[in-house]
Formats: sequence, structure tokens, C-alpha cells
Amino acid sequence: MGEQVQDRQSFVPGDQAFQDDLRRRHRRAKRWQVFFFASLVVGLLALLALFANVADEAFGTIAIASKYSEAEVLAALSEARGVTVEGPLEALENDDLAQVLALYIPRRVPVIVRDELSRVKPEDFTRVPLREALAGATLPPDIADLTISQLSLEQQTAILSANLTHDVLYARVLNDVIGLDILKSWTLSRTLFDYAGIEAEFQALVAAQDPPNPQLKPHSWLNSTFVTGTQSSYPELAGIRTAILGTLWIMALTMLIAFPLGVGAAIYLEEYAHSGNWLERLIETNIRNLAGVPSIIYGLLGLAIFVRALAPISSGALFGFNEANGRTIFSAAMTMALLILPVIIIAAQEAIRAVPQSIRDASYGLGATQWQTIWYQVLPAALPGILTGTILSMSRAIGETAPLIVIGASAVIFVDPSGPFSKFTALPIQIWQWTARPQEEFRNLAAAAIIVLLALLLVLNSAAIILRQRVSNRLRG
Amino acid sequence: MMSSNGDGRYAVQIRHLNVFYGPRLAVREITMPIARNKITAFIGPSGCGKSTVLRAINRMNDLIPEARVEGEVIYRGENIYRPEIDPVEIRRRIGMVFQKPNPFPKSIYDNVAYGPRVLGIKDRRTLDQIVEQSLRQAALWDEVKDDLKKSGLALSGGQQQRLCIARALAVEPDVILMDEPCSALDPIATERIEDLMKELVVDYSIVIVTHNMQQARRVSEYTAFFTTDESRTGELVEFDRTDKVFSMPSDPRTADYIAGRFG
Ligand SMILES: Nc1ncnc2c1ncn2[C@@H]1O[C@H](COP(=O)(O)OP(=O)(O)OP(=O)(O)O)[C@@H](O)[C@H]1O
Ligand SMILES: [Mg+2]
Repeated sequence: MGEQVQDRQSFVPGDQAFQDDLRRRHRRAKRWQVFFFASLVVGLLALLALFANVADEAFGTIAIASKYSEAEVLAALSEARGVTVEGPLEALENDDLAQVLALYIPRRVPVIVRDELSRVKPEDFTRVPLREALAGATLPPDIADLTISQLSLEQQTAILSANLTHDVLYARVLNDVIGLDILKSWTLSRTLFDYAGIEAEFQALVAAQDPPNPQLKPHSWLNSTFVTGTQSSYPELAGIRTAILGTLWIMALTMLIAFPLGVGAAIYLEEYAHSGNWLERLIETNIRNLAGVPSIIYGLLGLAIFVRALAPISSGALFGFNEANGRTIFSAAMTMALLILPVIIIAAQEAIRAVPQSIRDASYGLGATQWQTIWYQVLPAALPGILTGTILSMSRAIGETAPLIVIGASAVIFVDPSGPFSKFTALPIQIWQWTARPQEEFRNLAAAAIIVLLALLLVLNSAAIILRQRVSNRLRG
Repeated sequence: MMSSNGDGRYAVQIRHLNVFYGPRLAVREITMPIARNKITAFIGPSGCGKSTVLRAINRMNDLIPEARVEGEVIYRGENIYRPEIDPVEIRRRIGMVFQKPNPFPKSIYDNVAYGPRVLGIKDRRTLDQIVEQSLRQAALWDEVKDDLKKSGLALSGGQQQRLCIARALAVEPDVILMDEPCSALDPIATERIEDLMKELVVDYSIVIVTHNMQQARRVSEYTAFFTTDESRTGELVEFDRTDKVFSMPSDPRTADYIAGRFG
């Protein structure tokens, strides 16, 4: 027992002073609250502006001209079929669309077959049998051993009708027959708020150039042809399937490499290397610094190591693939993995450190080894945090452009990537490429591709978040 | 003080134990036995090194990077600090219940089954039996038997502590070290755990750290009183039969402490 303090001196403010001060404290708290709310509003507005800008470009109005009108084409088709074919053109079946191609541009039919379906080099296409040239396509058995030039026009047309999607055939009819030409495009905002102005511009354009069959119509640059189609130098035909697949391949491989390596390194640093000597401190500091290195430098590193030095591996030559060089999905994924590795390591370290020591003590106290403690207790408890960091790093990697440009992603790729050793393009590359073109229409395409990229990001993130939620629910029991 | 001789009455013997945290000596020259199938209580003011000595008995101090141990802890005729002894085996035989209940963030079943699983037991039926038996021994079975899938963290503090005891019993240790197991519990839960210890002592040797003099008196057979010297290093002042320590302490510091005049 201590001694009783007799005259206790009072230091805190008296009643009146306290009341006045309390009001002042509440006022100050209010001001900060307003500030926090304003920050949120500014952030949301910025986001809104971004979306508005992208949507403005991706949707709008276009002025088109065409060599033939739809009515003319339908009339010609009806005559060839001997029955009246009802429009609109877009509603026609595959064989009708292919027939239109055969009617109007018979000499281009084999070229279309090659562009859309060929699995061999262009110079070999007319020489090898179709079984090989169109590997994977649906072919009547009797023509499989012939070459394309030995087929009749009807047989060639049948190949198109059987193997191309409706959207591609329709796009071909629009582009190659109707000769659809986009004269000019207008943004969504002008379409909504200044349609009269657009019409005036359209009239002036028609008067000045006198294009055949001019037409003004609303247009969404984001459409099914765009998402499922392959690349094209015609904006109305261009699609980003190869880019989407490229991005998916790269992300999958990147995660496959970076996740185990990153978590492994974090486990080592947190659970094993705890003597705190200068070497460990040096390593930790370096990892933290690496997380801030500009991505283009990782690109240069990837170019030097994976594309050049490890060319036999990254080109797949060592495994019997014959890519010409190391500019493959493998190199891209390795580079991206290096890029996000520090972020994953740091996030995993934080998550592992946040696991209470009492859980480790309990496990050791029961006679578990260090490995059992890590595997059964520490990792499961840290997993939600690790996944959060991984989601963030994935979001960063999916939009990275610079390293891909440096290691030499091909901008123009017609064949879907089929594995780690394929050449590739990726969504950010495609977007960058399109924004660099002078024609207005490609900027519209870039905006549509940005929407696809954002949607992809959203889907991948949601999947990861659902996974994380399930893990932490299981932990809470 | 009782001298330690090596016959079968002792589960563990501590000899000339010094523990350092970094350069600082935390406890000095502890020598005392832990009697077999008896409850030994550690009492003493806060910071005198009770937990430190307790952790030295099953090498939990190994987990504190800056801790260093000198001296011997004899278990089954061998010094557990000899380099060729695996601390994993020691901890499996000398179990521990911590001051703060620390169930794993897993189901009640998985909490109890964790120890046996770590030992390589996979058979579901065997595990079921171990879980039931351990929970019964820890007097928790009736409260949770319909809810074994529930998270261990969803139990009350007292139930969590009994779950931790059940978890420790599941690997069938020789010795159970309990560091203030009742400090977070109400009197009823405390009484349950005390009753439990009295039942368990038939099969196990128990060491309990406590700040509660009555508890030490009620449950223990032997009592060790620790305190700190001027340099804040902990030392063992008195070790004897509990009734002797509380009725006729041989050291004035012990008398002061149990009379509540100090600490
Ligand atoms: N991990 C640690 N690192 C450094 N010093 C420690 C550590 N753990 C304990 N100590 C010091 O060792 C001394 C003994 O601590 P210990 O926890 O053994 O005391 P205690 O008797 O169990 O106290 P309490 O009754 O409050 O639990 C204290 O001075 C404490 O500051
Ligand atoms: Mg303690």
C-alpha cells in the first residue's frame, strides 16, 4: 500500500473551460470529417470522368458509305437462289452470306479462306493439302487431300460457310462486298447532345465527297465481332481475341510463377531468417526498393535474360517447339513475374507477420515441427492477407505495357496463342498500338479495348476476392 | 530447501538454471524438482521469472530469438538441453497451456485433433476417440459435443482455456505446464479448472503458475516462491511442501509475500 496523497492538485480544466474546449474539439472533428468526405468525392469524380471518357469514345455515331446498298445485294442473292431472300443482311444464314461473297468477289474467296483459317505460312498455303493447311477445320473427307486451288468455287464457299462464325462472315460481306467505309465517327457525347450538328456535318460531307450509299447510324465499337474477332487493318473488322487470350495466358503463367516463389521467399524471410544480421537486412531493404523500380527496367532485364540469354528455353526450341525467337508468352510471363515478385513478397511478409505468435506457440507446444507449424497454422491464417496482396499485384501486372513493348510483344498477330512458347500480343499492347494510329476510328477501338481490359480485370479480381472470402470463412469456422 | 536427488519420484529436475534475455540475466541459479503425479505451484511477484522458468522446462524459450539458457533440466535421466536432444520430442512429452487461451482459428475438433495429426495419426475413428476422450478429460465434452465443427474462437474464455487443456492432453504428455491458466476466467470457470487439475494429476505431473495464493494452497502439493533481487534478476527463494510454505515459511520474504505485504 502506498501513502495517501493529502492535497491532490488539479491540473485538468474546470467545468466551463472544459465545455468551451469540448465544443472546439467537436468543431475540429467536423472539419476533418468534411475533408475526408471531400477526398472520397474527388476520387469518385476522377473515376467517373475516366469511365465517361472511355464510354464517350467507345460508343457514338458513324457515317458510312458502301459500294452497294443492302437492297442491291439482297436482290442479287434472291436472283441466284431463285427465291426471294428477306433482309436485313445481318439476319442471313451462314450459307447465304458465303453465297454473297461467291457472287460478288469469287476470286477473293480462297484468300478469305487463307486469312481466316490458314494454319501454315502464307507461301505454303496453296501448295500443301487442306488437311494440313486448314488443320482443325471441318472439311468433307473427299477434299481433304486436295489443295485449295483444286477446289471449285462452290467447295471453297462451303468451307467458309462451315467454318466461319456468322459475325465474321457478316463482317466480310460488309467489308469486302458492300465495301463498307467509315467516313467519319462522332463521340457519344456529341451523339447525345449535338445530333443536329452531326447531321449538318454529315450533309456537308456527302455534298463534298459524294460517296456511294451514304448512311448515318449509331454504332457501338464494343461488340461481339470486336471481342471474338482477330486483328485487321480495317477498323470495322478489327477484333481483340488474340490480345485477350495473350493477356490471359500471360497472367496465368505469371501467377503460377510469382505466387509460389513470392510466398516461399516471404516464409523464409519471416520464419527462418530471423537472426537479423546485415545480410538479411540488406536483402529486405533491396526487396522493398525493387518494388519501386520502374517497370520498363524490368522489361530491359527480361529482354536481356529471357529473350536473349535464355532464347533456347524461352523460344521453346529446347522442348521441340520451333519459334524463331524468345519473344514469347514465356518471356513475358517471366518478366511480369519478376515485376510483381517484390510486391507479393512484401504483402506475404506482412500477412505472415500479422499471424499472432500465440498460434505458433500453441503449435510448437504440442510437438509440431517448424514446417508443420508453418504449413498447418501460419500459412492458412496468413492466406487471406497474402491473397489480397496478390490481387493488387495482379491488377498492376495486367495493365503493364512498357515491359511487354521492350521484350517485343508483336503488335500484329493473327493466330491465337496456343501455349507458353507462342508469339503473343496483349490487351495493353493493342490499346497502345491503336491509340498511336492517326485515324479517329482506331481511337474508338482503343476505348472499346480499354473497356474489355477493365472488365477482364474486374472478373479476375472478383474471382480472387471470392477465393479469399472462402478461405477466411473457413478459418473463422 | 529440498535437495534434488534423482529417484523416480521426480518427473523433472531443474539444476543451476540461468536464463538470459540478450545480455540481461532474467533468472539465476534455479535448482528444484518437479514431483511426479503431483501439482507444483510457482508463485511470486510479477516479473520474477516464473514464466521464464516454466518455458525452460519444455524448451519453449528456444522460440525467443534472444533467449539463452544455461544449466540443466533433467527429464527421463537426460539433460534436455544436450545438443542431440530434439526439442520437438520434449514439447510433445511436456505439454503447455498458456496464460491467454490460444485456440487455433479452426473447429473445436481440429483444435484437439491437431496434436495427434502432427504425430501422424490419420485414421478418422482413432481421431474421433482421441477428441472425445480429451474433451471429456477437460470437462468440456458435454458443452460442445453437438458442435464440434464450430470454431474454437467462438467459445467463451473459460471454454477456450479448457479446449486448450484438451488439446494439450490429446498428445498424452507426461508433464503439463500451465501458465496462469485461470487468470482470464471467472470464479466458476476457475473452480472447474482446479477440479480438473486434481483429476488429471492422477495421470500427469502438473506445474501451475499462479498469482492466486488461495489457488496455490487449494490445488498444489509443492510450492516454489520466486522473487527478484536488487538487479531485477529472478531467483528461487523457497521451495517446499505447500502447507509448509504457507504455514511456516522459512524465508521472511516468503512470509511477507503470502501475507500480502509485498509485491
Ligand atoms: N521475450 C523476452 N524478451 C526479453 N525479456 C523478457 C522476455 N520475456 C520476459 N522477459 C523479462 O524476463 C523477466 C521475467 O519475465 P517473466 O515473464 O518470466 O516473469 P513472470 O514471473 O512470468 O511475470 P508475470 O507474473 O507478470 O507473468 C522480466 O523482467 C521480463 O521483462
Ligand atoms: Mg508470466
